[in-house]
Amino acid sequence: MADLSIDLGFLKLRNPVLAASGTFGYGLEFAPFIDLERLGGIVVKGLYFYARPGNPPPRLAESPSGLINSIGLQGIGVKAFSQEILPRLAGLRTAVIVNVCGSTNEEYAQVIDYLDRQEGIAAYELNISCPNVEQDGLCPALSPEATHAIVRLAKRTSRRPVITKLSPNVTDIVCIAKAAEEAGSDAVSLINTVLAMAVDVETRRPRLANVFGGLSGPAIKPIALRLVYQAASRLKIPVIGLGGIMSGRDALEFLIAGAMAVEVGTANLVDPEASIRIIQEMEDWCEEKKIKKLKDIIGTLNVASP
Amino acid sequence: MHKDPGAPILRKERWGDYCLLCLKSPAIAREARPGQFMMVRVSDQPYPLLRRPFSIHARTRETVEIFFSRVGLGTNILAQKKTGETLDIIGPLGKGFTTGGGGSKRAKEQEPGRLAPAESLNGKKVFLVGGGRGIAPLYFLGLELKKQGAVPIIFYGGKTKSDLPLADRLKAHKFALLVSTDDGSSGFHGFASAMVEAELNRVAGLPMAFPPLDWADAPRKSRPVRAASYALAGFPARVFACGPEAMMRKIAALADRYGIAAEFSLEAIMGCGIGACWGCARKIRRGDKAEWLKVCQEGPVFKSSEVVWEEDKTNEVSDR
Ligand SMILES: Cc1cc2nc3c(=O)[nH]c(=O)nc-3n(C[C@H](O)[C@H](O)[C@H](O)COP(=O)(O)OP(=O)(O)OC[C@H]3O[C@@H](n4cnc5c(N)ncnc54)[C@H](O)[C@@H]3O)c2cc1C
Ligand SMILES: Cc1cc2nc3c(=O)[nH]c(=O)nc-3n(C[C@H](O)[C@H](O)[C@H](O)COP(=O)(O)O)c2cc1C
Ligand code: FES
Repeated sequence: MADLSIDLGFLKLRNPVLAASGTFGYGLEFAPFIDLERLGGIVVKGLYFYARPGNPPPRLAESPSGLINSIGLQGIGVKAFSQEILPRLAGLRTAVIVNVCGSTNEEYAQVIDYLDRQEGIAAYELNISCPNVEQDGLCPALSPEATHAIVRLAKRTSRRPVITKLSPNVTDIVCIAKAAEEAGSDAVSLINTVLAMAVDVETRRPRLANVFGGLSGPAIKPIALRLVYQAASRLKIPVIGLGGIMSGRDALEFLIAGAMAVEVGTANLVDPEASIRIIQEMEDWCEEKKIKKLKDIIGTLNVASP
Repeated sequence: MHKDPGAPILRKERWGDYCLLCLKSPAIAREARPGQFMMVRVSDQPYPLLRRPFSIHARTRETVEIFFSRVGLGTNILAQKKTGETLDIIGPLGKGFTTGGGGSKRAKEQEPGRLAPAESLNGKKVFLVGGGRGIAPLYFLGLELKKQGAVPIIFYGGKTKSDLPLADRLKAHKFALLVSTDDGSSGFHGFASAMVEAELNRVAGLPMAFPPLDWADAPRKSRPVRAASYALAGFPARVFACGPEAMMRKIAALADRYGIAAEFSLEAIMGCGIGACWGCARKIRRGDKAEWLKVCQEGPVFKSSEVVWEEDKTNEVSDR
């Protein structure tokens, strides 16, 4: 059997497949369908310090091979999470990563400070790239300075590794990714959703109450791959790739392009067993190609002209 | 809750824009309660990407049925499926209607100031109001209520006669049935909610706000089976409704006026159906606060007192 394990340096994973934030609930929703311990890890839904109501509906609009969402980070807040959910996740032999949100830099630190006092968390993923909270999709991940400031504060506060989640809605991903690296981020994950909208021709109204939303799913995979490749080529810290991964082959594309691990998002909504199937398909591929260690294919993209 | 990746289509019926599929899925059938739904994958291609939610229309020991109208890409693809093909389904999902059987979790909760939901409906009259495709969950509910000894009266409304494809099936099962059409082509001329209002006013002995039910003019086929309903004079013990938002809102107002406990099966665009994405939120009142709750987990059936109805939208009336 091929060895799928991955060492991110700060975190060892059974395999490179993590469930992406916001598409996997708090993890437990999937227990009726899959063995959560077979996953590399679980990134839970973004958490603010307090519970958050989220945006008015409609919050979802489908587009060809894609999904536009404007959930607005509805969630139960860190306290309820720590009391009601975490004890049930902490017993699992899989990495639990908390997606950390904040309206201000201080709130990010507050969330981390609170969670630092809880057990059973492997790392934090700083969500500085959600397009659904501020007007016009603004978020800290659009600016290298804002990114640097939040990551530095988070790193100073946290006793745990910090992964910075980046936005695709930027002109120069390398510049932002480097800002995160320089501020001490242990890894970066990309991409969050692509700022998008949809129009109902009959009513001439936006199909999302929030007007704008974030596009995910197969439609964004080529964009995600390009950004992951750019970032991975220029960073020293590990890159976690995501965006439109539906199959084992999709995940392999990201690894070959330089990602050390991947996250599976929208695919979980379509098929609650998707993450496990993706792991299985990668394993099958390794067997077929007689690859003993999956990690050997990371960053092996051959760009030399034939 | 089960995922059945290959439920075979045993039977298919088509009436114009409406379609019924009977699927073999013993595990899902065994657990299904009226008002619960399934998430159906209509294609293994990435477009359409998401599963589509459908109420469980009927079940036997081994099968579940869905009844749907063609409104877009997914339902059109689904309507093309043939007997023998298989579908990938997840279910049963959500919380269903409160029946007297005590089967659902919710049956044990008390509703302040209303009829106790756990109370038996045995021998009681209940109204089931379905608009267009909203009839889907009410057939299963009606059969279940009959088993418990209740006397369901089904109000079935549509834009025109061809929007009432299940009328014959309902009659064949000896349901007391009253139909309405917006254009008067069958039964009561007007909205389903107006038909319910007329009926409640009649029971209350009030002057009619709408023309009285005059079934003599209706074509013979659509005449209501009145025997059962009128044997039990008085108000229904409960109203269950599913249909266009505007219809349900009016039914809620009527139920409120007469102090009748009511439950509604709401719709929302769903990403997952299993509580993972927060995509299906509706404003729901619990206690003294209203918040966005997940329709797929907390619903799709909600009590009248819980639903915060959306603003009137002029073009939504009878869009199904
Ligand atoms: C709990 C639940 C139970 C349902 N049960 C039934 C049923 O038994 N029979 C039935 O015919 N329909 C039912 N629906 C509605 C059904 O899910 C939608 O009509 C269907 O998803 C539309 O898919 P489509 O690809 O054909 O439409 P699209 O091409 O995706 O959209 C066409 C139109 O339908 C609207 N729409 C899309 N998704 C939904 C949705 N989830 N709910 C309501 N409107 C939607 C869109 O806004 C648009 O106006 C139910 C919905 C829910 C939430
Ligand atoms: C419904 C939904 C909710 C999401 N919520 C979050 C969130 O809370 N935090 C976050 O960092 N990303 C969130 N995302 C973004 C995903 O984690 C992921 O970055 C994105 O969807 C791209 O991956 P995919 O194409 O595999 O879905 C959300 C995405 C979707 C579709
Ligand atoms: S549809 Fe995903 S949470 Fe309800």
